Amino acid sequence: MILFLQQIINGLSVGSIYALIALGYTMVYGIIKLINFAHGEIMMAGAYFAFLVGVHLGLPFFAVLIISMIGAAVLGVFIEFIAYKPLRKAPRISALITAIGVSFFLQNLALVIFKAEPKIMPNLIVKRPVNIGSLQIGTVTLATLALSIGFMIILDVFVKRTKPGKAMRAVSEDKDAALLMGINVNRTISITFAIGSALGAVAGVLFGVMYTQVYPTMGVMPGLKAFVAAVLGGIGLIPGAVLGGFVIGMVETITKAYLSSQWSDAIVFGLLIIVLLIKPTGILGKNEKEKV
Amino acid sequence: MDKKVIKNYIINIAAIFAVYAVLKGLIYAGVITRYHQGIIVFILINVILATSLNLAVGFLGQLTLGHAGFMAVGAYVSAITAVALNANFNLPKIVVLLISLTLAAIVSALTGVAIGIPALRLRGDYLAIITLGFGEVIRVIINNIKVTGGAQGFTGIPKLSTLDNVFWITVLAVAFLYTLTHSRQGRAILSIREDEIAAEAVGVKTTSFKVMGFAIAAGLAGIGGGLYAHYIAFLDPNTFNFMRSVEILIIVVLGGMGSLTGSIVAAIVLTIMPEALRSFNELRLLLYALILVVMMIFKPSGLFGTEEFSWQGIYDRYKTRKNALHNREKKV
Repeated sequence: MILFLQQIINGLSVGSIYALIALGYTMVYGIIKLINFAHGEIMMAGAYFAFLVGVHLGLPFFAVLIISMIGAAVLGVFIEFIAYKPLRKAPRISALITAIGVSFFLQNLALVIFKAEPKIMPNLIVKRPVNIGSLQIGTVTLATLALSIGFMIILDVFVKRTKPGKAMRAVSEDKDAALLMGINVNRTISITFAIGSALGAVAGVLFGVMYTQVYPTMGVMPGLKAFVAAVLGGIGLIPGAVLGGFVIGMVETITKAYLSSQWSDAIVFGLLIIVLLIKPTGILGKNEKEKV
Repeated sequence: MDKKVIKNYIINIAAIFAVYAVLKGLIYAGVITRYHQGIIVFILINVILATSLNLAVGFLGQLTLGHAGFMAVGAYVSAITAVALNANFNLPKIVVLLISLTLAAIVSALTGVAIGIPALRLRGDYLAIITLGFGEVIRVIINNIKVTGGAQGFTGIPKLSTLDNVFWITVLAVAFLYTLTHSRQGRAILSIREDEIAAEAVGVKTTSFKVMGFAIAAGLAGIGGGLYAHYIAFLDPNTFNFMRSVEILIIVVLGGMGSLTGSIVAAIVLTIMPEALRSFNELRLLLYALILVVMMIFKPSGLFGTEEFSWQGIYDRYKTRKNALHNREKKV
């Protein structure tokens, strides 16, 4: 029973990382209908920023986190400006292929700059077990959970209560109508990319600290799984991404613990396939009829 | 048949024999070394993979990201068949190759049907995602079952692919795709790309044509995988990952979605380029990615767009230009 509870908490913490990445996917999809395949690489970039700052400047955790978030946000906005903006009116397939290209580019750029071998992430969070009754939980797990949930609440307040947040929802509802209402669509899209990328960076830093290493392809698998999470919850929907992230994290942890660690990837993707076949718009999504 | 078409066919067949003769001559003269022959074999395999993916992405208009999965199915089926045949019978090499490739094509095509029927109900982004998921599932399965040798890889595959048989199989595959896309079925496939709803309205059975196109693409990818297995003689499941699918997609996009000749040219360029850039190996993939992004921004239709290269086309263009010049001179 204790073991099971521990697995649940591990699942929640892994799931919260997926949820953070999935938020970036879902926000970008919601606003420009693009699957930003490069998002996993933004997470990787965030982890490398944290690694560089952590090793060379030796700042405390929160400073490292914020610098890495800013770095990733700038990178995300830059990518949108260079690669996606010219393609806003192009067929969706072109934009999707561009996103794959950007992802490929960032991965190989990291490979050229940092080389393939993993770098050891400095211990930004003091690692020791915390006892709650007879439950033993690592500080990293707790911090991950607390930070992720904190950022999700901030995001929720931002989207619902602030003006830029409202603009974001308006643009994702109807871009042209939003433009007519005097919303600066380009700036809103930039803000969306900045926020999504910053959340990706948080996930990257936490992921790096959790597994104590950073490497150029670290964004691929979590990126793909977070993406699965976003689709699972209903892509384009913020609560969907959070729900999907936790579901995927939980399913993965439980299969790894009780079934088989080799098959866990197949089970995650199998889950995606089943959901897409039964309800392509995801758990929380609404079905849309295609108009001629 | 139109006279022009027959003339075109004859020119193309002659061109293929000429290319083959030149290749043979260069090998005989020692200009093409064993190393070069290897590159040519990889070009041909990439041609099969790219043209078959082009059928699904370019002609049918269904973006799939799991082509490496079908290639993997074909490679493993073909390898296992060849090993089993060699252990039990004493057949000539070419017979073993043909039997294993046929089986590989059938099994890959059936996998394509099995995946296609549910997946092709989805469109656009969702189809891309689900094929990606299926590709990854295939890889994980190969990684974890016994027949395939699991993560250690599959060794002891007989080396059956030679430049000659790969060349002719590639020619047959491309010829098949060319005739398919120019047939009645091909036009049905194209109509689905242009407008699915309109196609359905005029009586094209969109679902069955989509599944058919998808299955043919998968089957040919299986043949490509089989040739690869019999050339390299060792299979590692992780070579058939998402990145491999993307590499094939890059060839298709660069050549032009909907142009078989474009895929052939792009396969040649993109297979030779890494070899030529071997000294700066790390920058090579960076360059690839850059080409892809720049291409999409400035020329999203690829090198050839949906056009096919043909001698007749060049001749026609030359003629119209000449006529135009002639007419202008007359006016002056």
